[in-house]
Amino acid sequence: MSQSFRIPGKGRLSPSRGLRFFFDGKAFDALEGDTVASALLANGVHLAGRSYKYHRPRGILTAGSEEPNALIGVSNTAATHVPNVRATVQEVHDGLVTRSQNRWPSLAFDLGAVNSLGAPFFSAGFYYKTFMWPKAAWKALYEPVIRQAAGLGVSPKEPDPDHYASRYEHCDVLVVGGGAVGLAAALAAANAGASVILCDEQAQCGGAMRHESGARISGRSGWDWAQDAVAQLKAMDNVRVLTRTTAFGYHTQNFVALAERVTDHLADGKDLPRERLWQVRAKRVILATGAIERQLVFGGNDLPGVMFANAARTYLNHYGVAAGRKVAVFTACDSAYGAAFDLARAGSAVAVIVDWRHDVPEDLSRQAQELGIKILAGHRVVQAKGRLRIASISVAHRDGGQERSFPVDSLIISGGWTPSVHLYSQSRGKVAWDADTQRFLPGDPVQDCVTVGACDGTDDLARGVAQGIEAGKAAATAAGHAGGDQPDVAVEACESYAGGLAGDAGQIKGKAFVDYQNDVTAKDIRQAVREGMHSIEHVKRFTTNGMASDQGKLSNMHGLAIAADSLGWPIPDVGLTTFRQPYTPVTFGTIVNHGRGDLFDVTRRTTIDGWAQDNGAVFEDVGNWKRARFFPQGGEDMHAAVNRECRTVREAAGLFDASTLGKIEVVGPDAGAFMDLMYTNPMSKLGVGKLRYGIMCREDGFVYDDGVVGRVAEDRFHVTTTTGGAPRVLHHMEDYLQTEFPHLKVWLTSVTEQWAVVAVQGPKAREIVAPFVSGVDLSTEAFPHMSMAECEVCGVPARLFRVSFTGETGFEINVPAAYGRSVWEILQARGAEFGACTYGTETMHVLRAEKGYIIVGQDTDGTVTPFDAGYGWAVAKKKKDFVGIRGLKRPDLVADGRKQLVGLTTSDPAMVLEEGAQIVADPNQPVPMTMIGHVTSSYWSENCGRSIALALVAGGRDRMGQTLHVPMPDRTIAVTVTEPVFFDPKGERLHG
Amino acid sequence: MADAAMTKAERREPMAAAIFANEAVTVRAAAPASRLSLRAGSEAIAPLSSALGVDLPVRPKQTSTTGSRTAMWIGPDEWLVIDAGEADLMAAARGAEGIFSAVDISHRNVAFLVSGTGAATTLASACPHDLRLTSFPVGAAARTLLAKAEVVLWRQSETEWHVECWRSFAPYVFGLLREGAKDAALA
Repeated sequence: MSQSFRIPGKGRLSPSRGLRFFFDGKAFDALEGDTVASALLANGVHLAGRSYKYHRPRGILTAGSEEPNALIGVSNTAATHVPNVRATVQEVHDGLVTRSQNRWPSLAFDLGAVNSLGAPFFSAGFYYKTFMWPKAAWKALYEPVIRQAAGLGVSPKEPDPDHYASRYEHCDVLVVGGGAVGLAAALAAANAGASVILCDEQAQCGGAMRHESGARISGRSGWDWAQDAVAQLKAMDNVRVLTRTTAFGYHTQNFVALAERVTDHLADGKDLPRERLWQVRAKRVILATGAIERQLVFGGNDLPGVMFANAARTYLNHYGVAAGRKVAVFTACDSAYGAAFDLARAGSAVAVIVDWRHDVPEDLSRQAQELGIKILAGHRVVQAKGRLRIASISVAHRDGGQERSFPVDSLIISGGWTPSVHLYSQSRGKVAWDADTQRFLPGDPVQDCVTVGACDGTDDLARGVAQGIEAGKAAATAAGHAGGDQPDVAVEACESYAGGLAGDAGQIKGKAFVDYQNDVTAKDIRQAVREGMHSIEHVKRFTTNGMASDQGKLSNMHGLAIAADSLGWPIPDVGLTTFRQPYTPVTFGTIVNHGRGDLFDVTRRTTIDGWAQDNGAVFEDVGNWKRARFFPQGGEDMHAAVNRECRTVREAAGLFDASTLGKIEVVGPDAGAFMDLMYTNPMSKLGVGKLRYGIMCREDGFVYDDGVVGRVAEDRFHVTTTTGGAPRVLHHMEDYLQTEFPHLKVWLTSVTEQWAVVAVQGPKAREIVAPFVSGVDLSTEAFPHMSMAECEVCGVPARLFRVSFTGETGFEINVPAAYGRSVWEILQARGAEFGACTYGTETMHVLRAEKGYIIVGQDTDGTVTPFDAGYGWAVAKKKKDFVGIRGLKRPDLVADGRKQLVGLTTSDPAMVLEEGAQIVADPNQPVPMTMIGHVTSSYWSENCGRSIALALVAGGRDRMGQTLHVPMPDRTIAVTVTEPVFFDPKGERLHG
Repeated sequence: MADAAMTKAERREPMAAAIFANEAVTVRAAAPASRLSLRAGSEAIAPLSSALGVDLPVRPKQTSTTGSRTAMWIGPDEWLVIDAGEADLMAAARGAEGIFSAVDISHRNVAFLVSGTGAATTLASACPHDLRLTSFPVGAAARTLLAKAEVVLWRQSETEWHVECWRSFAPYVFGLLREGAKDAALA
């Protein structure tokens, strides 16, 4: 298609650099540097999409990231499809494929537009009121249907093939916004020697110079000066200029997140990341974020062909595209006149300038007169008319009277400018209402930041640039960089941005949109107030005004003003909704960046893990660790493998990788005293070379962790923790050491990963281990259960523990981690000669349950004391203090009837209870039954030839032999309460 | 049985061969070293420095090196001592007077060497610390984060960094450094 609206000689794009792209399957010509919006307009296409609720035809309103209408899908492949892309932001590259959204079967003929006929039913609060009843219909009917109909784009279902990058950066000065003011600030700071980052969301810096034709700076047009300034900045080593980069989040302590779009404008991004997240910590932030033009609220203000004044000028002066051939202007602000003048000079006919204000500045009316443009001051556009494109406007005096019609193909509008205080507000700065100019402006900064230029309410370019230079110099000085040349920025001419109107422009005919993206009209806002919503927070939620992805950049001020008018209150009394990040939508890819796939989270593997992988182990996740769960052989399922492993350990022996156990080395002259305080047991009494099972409580007396503690030397303990508990136990101990016991001379060091741990358990354990151990007599007499020694195993230094979590003779061999796999392989080969197997966590769980050994977090749940668990023997009677001693004396914790750990057996030995199942005393009581406990652990025990279970039961220890009941959905299972030890109750095998 | 008694375990370092290189950065595994986590009050600093033959620095981010041995300030009472020659640091520390905690972490930690013009940028892909030369001069070290992993960074020259992490975090840290290095070569 020819670019018939491209004006020869206008704009800054090069006519020789042609591109071709697709919109709804049709090929369009464009120029390099075009956005999809400018290229569509060049081809005379204004209709770009359908609206969210009413499916109204929508055009291109803006030329920036605030665009609420022209939202398109961009998809070169199904997996890289991006919905809701603003056509005003997406740059065209050769072969770009774009589609309109929210229409079926076609953009020009959309069946969904019948919603418009149902408009009375879709008024504010429609969903809240309509889908309330019957309740059951919500899940089954309303929600699925509403979800189907809602939303604009369609998300891709395939994994994103693009990659994204991330960068942390630090600087003296971050300047957000590359308009004239931001550039001046950056130059001033950089000249002084400060490190500067300047970011701008557009492809090129320049800000308002992109559309203005009247500004002259230092002898050049504003735009040319801006490009020179950027070149100057880019040439400096202490400056980084980031274009296509949006500062979207302002966090505490001047931590600002930027999203850089790296490849969306390229036909072939090659190896580049699609986007890059910058997390910048700046000593000072200069916000030069400018202002956003807003619409006027009148009937049909959403018709394709209606366009903001700055946008019409941007398309003309930057892209060389005329918005229309016969245009009218409706404004309440001086700045729209420039659009009329520029368009008139470029050859478009300007039918009329309708100014809502009664008084028009003299120089503007004189220029209009020179160009032969009629001005109707004190008038308003009552309604814009047309179907898929504006065809005419009806104009009347503000006070009413005769309507006059003007045929137009485009209407340029301006309701004035709203300062972009978004980032300032995110920094927790409070905005203040400026009654003179009817707008919210930044108040005092809360963080080390400063607002300059239009976002600070400075409309005058010369004053804004002076502010920028001052802010840049001050920021550099504050960072220790004084001096340097003052940037030479002489503003010789600039335009007026005075005027503006918040709220509707008189009596409305037709639909007058306040929030284009969410289809909220002025009438909806007034209705919300009538229905009792008096706070803007309520109005917003009831109408969804400002809740679309543009976050009310255009609609907030109008919504507020209309609500205030309806209430008869001043605007600031209605309140202001909070500006939240992100400033514009940010992809998940950017936020996640490298953190996907293997880098999503840390996967921790022991040094023995490779052997388990090579030998077919099935793994389970325990915290961040992968642990071998069982080692199936010859097609065994888990049940068969675990049965075999359980049997083999008790008949011969088994090898288990216990490396993931948390290990903390507690060292210092007060190590014993500290251990006494942290554990319920009398640890200071533990002899060197001995082990003790320890229980750690919280202050409240409940079990927090358990583990085996070895005394390596008088002043050195080797403490083990549960695998999952390792980090929090270290923090718990460190917390007490630093806050409660700082007088103790003792230090804690995590050694979890220093040691690989091979557990060898079973009647043959000693025979398997013995030949590899040097320097220790392993006989039961010399090295009984709960002994430890520093020695050599397989020729490497080791800490050898005689300990058991199976109830069998057992050794846990700690060797320096890098030797773990080799030691494991040596012992595994040796074990095989004795019929030993390797076993995983599932077998470990069964074997320990056969012995009634608890697993903290499974058999305890944060409400279980050592006494409840049957571990009262582990609580020292004579100690004066330990963490939890006072908690354990609380009346509730010593009362009768507490839940206690017991064993349960089913009458059918093959019946395995479900873990978590509830237990009742009387199965015939009415529902809801009184539950007296629950099953904590339950397994088939091959060694016992029956199922076994552990349970927490109220008053459990007094119920030995009683029959209780476990109600299940299909039956009730009778169980007998037993001691929680099912195998070798006397513990003889431990000492074998 | 006699054979078994002679069996000596081998050291295995599965990450030792890890390497990634492009025109801006090389990331590779460091050779094994001996390492000590040292905790001590101020009165033990002098005797420990003399026993270890390397001065324990007393200011944040400082390191000091003598021969193959470097001591890094990690916290107000904490040092990481690394001996590239794998000397027995525990034995050396044992000789010192005073109250302190010396714990062997030679196998707990492993290290990567990140070198090249893009080395700092590589680290900055996942590390929030200020790595600019003015803030992180040659010879400085700090315990910090690389995405979700705790690391100790030690700047050995303008373009060379030593990155310590816990052993099981090594594949994750290497993966992050590889992605960071790819991006560092681009911009």
